[in-house]
Amino acid sequence: MGMTITEKIFAKASGKDKVIPGESVWLDVDVLLTHDVCGPPTIGIWENEFGKEAKIWDKDKLVIFPDHYIFTKNHHANRNIEILREFAKKHDLPNYYDVGTDRYKGVCHIALAEEGFNLPGTVLFGTDSHTCTSGAFGMFATGVGNTDAAFILGTGKIWEKVPESMKFIFNGEMPEYLTAKDLILQILGDITTDGATYRSMEFDGEAVYSLDMWERMTLCNMAIEGGGMNGIIAADKITEEFVKARSNKPYEIFKSDSDAVYHSVREYDVSKLAPVVAKPHSPDNRASIDEVKNSKITKCYIGSCTGGKITDFRFAAPIFYGREAKVPTFIVPGSTDVDRQLNTEMYKDKTLKEVFADAGCIIAESSCAACLGGPADTIGRSEDGDYVVSTTNRNFPGRMGSKNAGVYLASAKTVAASAVSGVLADPREFI
Amino acid sequence: MNNIIVGKAFVLGDNIDTDQIIPAEHLVYSLTDPEERKKYGHYAFSGVPPAEAGLPVGNTAFIEGEKTESEFSIIIGGTNFGCGSSREHAPFALKEAGAQVILAESYARIFYRNSVDGGFIIPFEATEKLNDKIKTGDKIKVNIDDCKIINETSGESFSLRPLGDVLPIIEAGGLFEYARKADMIKK
Ligand code: SF4
Repeated sequence: MGMTITEKIFAKASGKDKVIPGESVWLDVDVLLTHDVCGPPTIGIWENEFGKEAKIWDKDKLVIFPDHYIFTKNHHANRNIEILREFAKKHDLPNYYDVGTDRYKGVCHIALAEEGFNLPGTVLFGTDSHTCTSGAFGMFATGVGNTDAAFILGTGKIWEKVPESMKFIFNGEMPEYLTAKDLILQILGDITTDGATYRSMEFDGEAVYSLDMWERMTLCNMAIEGGGMNGIIAADKITEEFVKARSNKPYEIFKSDSDAVYHSVREYDVSKLAPVVAKPHSPDNRASIDEVKNSKITKCYIGSCTGGKITDFRFAAPIFYGREAKVPTFIVPGSTDVDRQLNTEMYKDKTLKEVFADAGCIIAESSCAACLGGPADTIGRSEDGDYVVSTTNRNFPGRMGSKNAGVYLASAKTVAASAVSGVLADPREFI
Repeated sequence: MNNIIVGKAFVLGDNIDTDQIIPAEHLVYSLTDPEERKKYGHYAFSGVPPAEAGLPVGNTAFIEGEKTESEFSIIIGGTNFGCGSSREHAPFALKEAGAQVILAESYARIFYRNSVDGGFIIPFEATEKLNDKIKTGDKIKVNIDDCKIINETSGESFSLRPLGDVLPIIEAGGLFEYARKADMIKK
């Protein structure tokens, strides 16, 4: 009996020849990620358990990106960044990306990819539920709480149950109006928010391998919205090219065996799929754009780890070009690299940033911003009565600010089409 | 560890997310300061819509008035308990409120791990749907060794899935205590 890609990585990281779904193993962790919200309590637990003078298991393997509550006057939020700064100084951390310096990056999951921390075959744990994003690189990546993170910080090890795998195959050629966001929202509508609990979600098929790394990250990012432990896509030439341009560290490519055992397999023909949204207040509340178009909206938002990558802005720019946003529209580059690209990449005679600015969009500095609401002075936060169309990943009540607001999750193309229409709109009418 | 837990049930629906367990606005309090941490108990389950709190009747406060501890120590959930963010404050808040055990059909993975590894609360998986069979206020007896529960109010009994690999961590009181016992880390 063969093994899935996730099972092979578990076997390697636990020093075994073979692992079976359901068994618990101790994994050697290659990278631990944390940020300004969960970093400070993790450090607190670690110091408490291992002592104030304890040593981090491996400084090179700890990566800290402040990204959640950044541009705010909130005292508690700024106290958190102060704690990270002092910790980084005390331990002379090589991978701390402080805000207010040239090193500042923005949203951790995008920054991990840009800085070359994502390597096929490796194991990444992070104190953020969307750590599963990095599975796009053919690695095992998942979120944990602060106690688990503190344990890793001291030992480099953590227990995990070997997950069963679910396979999602996308066949056919991606139509121009479709994006990875549409694919994952399609899946979530089918399996619901606990359809993949404790399981691995493996994505496969020619349509998936036609996507660039950023789009593959969008697919894996929302595995957690189905309850998934991880999302994963086997590495290929596109992965290797991306990785080699950013890292010279060794990696190992694993692929699922043809006789690997899956919990379930679902197949889709992308040429038959239409753009979809997730209606308020759950990511699995799927509707086709035909069912919801012309619905009332009051705000548009393009940003976050799942919808603030350069590809998302490339999708949106042609729709904004020469048009005007009819509702307040926020453009939040996921990272400072993305921000720089918006200044240099052209669409026709304008930079992407000029396209958005000329359409009347509000362009913010890179961070998580209003994706999770944030302190009261966070840019783009939803207010009572708002209907937001957003490229983010969660639309639970209150997630983007007000509990009395509704959020539609959609692709950057659908958000752009809606922004210039002033109502929920079908991107196919603009392509 | 006490292998028999007896207490009153507080019944909730499916998909109780971490925002309902402890809303994000309350995550600012210190987890170590003995006075400040009590606030987590006070606000436990404060994000649950009132009509769905304390089923089947609803509109039952988990925490009364200005109290920081609940009269209910047995939480009955449905599927996907603890979904949403990775915040460890969620099981912490339940512990602070005096809850000892959750009986639900299924859990979101991160919440489950946080409950076990932090040593906060025991997340038992029930073998059947319980939140339509047990009523808020029922007296429940949980036998950890037998994986059985008895509803002393109605006389019904139900079985639980064995805790399996996580039992030794729960018995030790959390991941760090477990690792010390197993000589994985220094005492
Ligand atoms: S952008 Fe949103 S989903 Fe992504 S890490 Fe930040 S808060 Fe979480």
